[in-house]
Amino acid sequence: MSLLEIKNVTMRFGGLTAVKDVSFNVGPTDLVAVIGPNGAGKTTLFNTITGIYTPTEGSVTFNGDKVNAKKASDITYLGIARTFQNIRLFNNLTVIDNIRIARHTRVNYSFFDGIFKTKKYREEEKKITEDALELLKLFHLDEKRNYLAKNLPYGAQRKLEMARALATQPKLLLLDEPAAGMNPTETKELSNLIKFIREKFQIAVILIEHDMNLVMQIAEKIHVLDYGNLIASGTPVEIQNNKKVIEAYLGADIEGV
Amino acid sequence: MDYYLQIVTLVGIFITLTLSLNLINGYCGQFSLGHAGFWGVGAYASAVYGVYFALPLPPALNMLIGMGVGFSAAAFCGLLIGVPCLRLKGDYLAIATIGFSEILRIIIMNTESIGGPRGFTNIPKWTNGAWVWGVAVLVTIFMLNLKKSAFGRAIISIREDEIAAETMGINLFRFKLFSFIIGAGIAGIAGSLVAHDQQFLHPNNFNFMWSVCILVMVILGGQGSVTGSIVGAIILTLLPEVLKLIGSDISVWRMSIYSALMVILMLTRPQGIFGPHEFSFKRAKLSKGAA
Repeated sequence: MSLLEIKNVTMRFGGLTAVKDVSFNVGPTDLVAVIGPNGAGKTTLFNTITGIYTPTEGSVTFNGDKVNAKKASDITYLGIARTFQNIRLFNNLTVIDNIRIARHTRVNYSFFDGIFKTKKYREEEKKITEDALELLKLFHLDEKRNYLAKNLPYGAQRKLEMARALATQPKLLLLDEPAAGMNPTETKELSNLIKFIREKFQIAVILIEHDMNLVMQIAEKIHVLDYGNLIASGTPVEIQNNKKVIEAYLGADIEGV
Repeated sequence: MDYYLQIVTLVGIFITLTLSLNLINGYCGQFSLGHAGFWGVGAYASAVYGVYFALPLPPALNMLIGMGVGFSAAAFCGLLIGVPCLRLKGDYLAIATIGFSEILRIIIMNTESIGGPRGFTNIPKWTNGAWVWGVAVLVTIFMLNLKKSAFGRAIISIREDEIAAETMGINLFRFKLFSFIIGAGIAGIAGSLVAHDQQFLHPNNFNFMWSVCILVMVILGGQGSVTGSIVGAIILTLLPEVLKLIGSDISVWRMSIYSALMVILMLTRPQGIFGPHEFSFKRAKLSKGAA
């Protein structure tokens, strides 16, 4: 059974069709990439999956639940987490608080436990902090736990955003251009990290990425969008040899030249 | 002596008010400019209970009921304005809350049974400075503990980035409404204390200028900082009185000095005295970079 089913999703903004009749499925531990030229509708597709937009037509089903009429916060409860193309950290909070906030969906104590600092609150908070530290260690951020998020270098901010998404304990992780602005060494490190995350947490990952080296290296399946249309789906090798994809990226050959 | 006691009581009231606005403005990042309205509703509701419905109970018990009435009335008004208006952001929310608090004040102004423009008199004396400071301490503890709990963190994350907060599973509307209702309710308790301490209320004591005044206290201390709110409330309540005491030559200029100090502070330290942090001896030793 597939974890995520995107079925005939169309997203229109007034006269502009950003995503048009897109369908594909993602299995429980798949590593899938969505690629396409700028403005192809990749981020819009992510926004329809995570509930920031409600698709004009079609349906998104996650783990058997139809999610496209749900609020973004409810979708997080079901187990979809994401990062953003332009990093959206809680800038004026510390690194560890960024992670602790992400545990929001799995907090087991009540409001009054927090106000009266009951035993339950203390135990739970201790566990939240321990879990957060453990997660930060995986990303080599534990020594910077008391830094404000805005004071981290760019690469570390990207990593923190991924760690924060994982802290919501998702079944599906959506990464929006995780390698943007990274140098080749950092990108290599990132591709190992993404593979490691998938193995360690046993989750499905969908990533949007322009760095083709990264995509071809780690993705098992690639979906290509162009002007909102899904023009091709397949393995990296199939996509590399697909005529439509080459046309979308490089332009079509003119007959007889 | 009475004069000094009066000022000390006033400081306590303003600490409570500043903390309650800090919940809305500093923690949750919602720009509310109608706090005096909630304060006034709490004061009048509690006074109405005291004058018309008071049960034959000892003053302390009646005061508790009065505070409950003040809290509920103000929290209900917070709900009334919150549900339609919390979808608005920044300046728009500020304008909506100004409008709402002025409506409340004008309704009070035109209701004869609670004194109307003459003011509400003969409110039973149930409270004193000790009550006021007791409430201020409790509210301080509430705010500090809230900040350290998951609920406080969720509210603060809304201030930092709404979309990211929502993606972390935080229901924006519910938490914004929560801080609005509780913030308004605590302002209502402060109102109840004023009513039964001064025994006299006038609608103009709850006008727009006082909303601004409370907001300035929050910003001066540092938005999101509990200790900042306390220091802000103390400084801004005492400053005019201290300037009055220094001497008649200066006291003519006291409002100008007061305003000039505000301008200087905002130019040199726009994040407020404490910024978003709490005062602690440990922090003074930490290097920069680390928070």
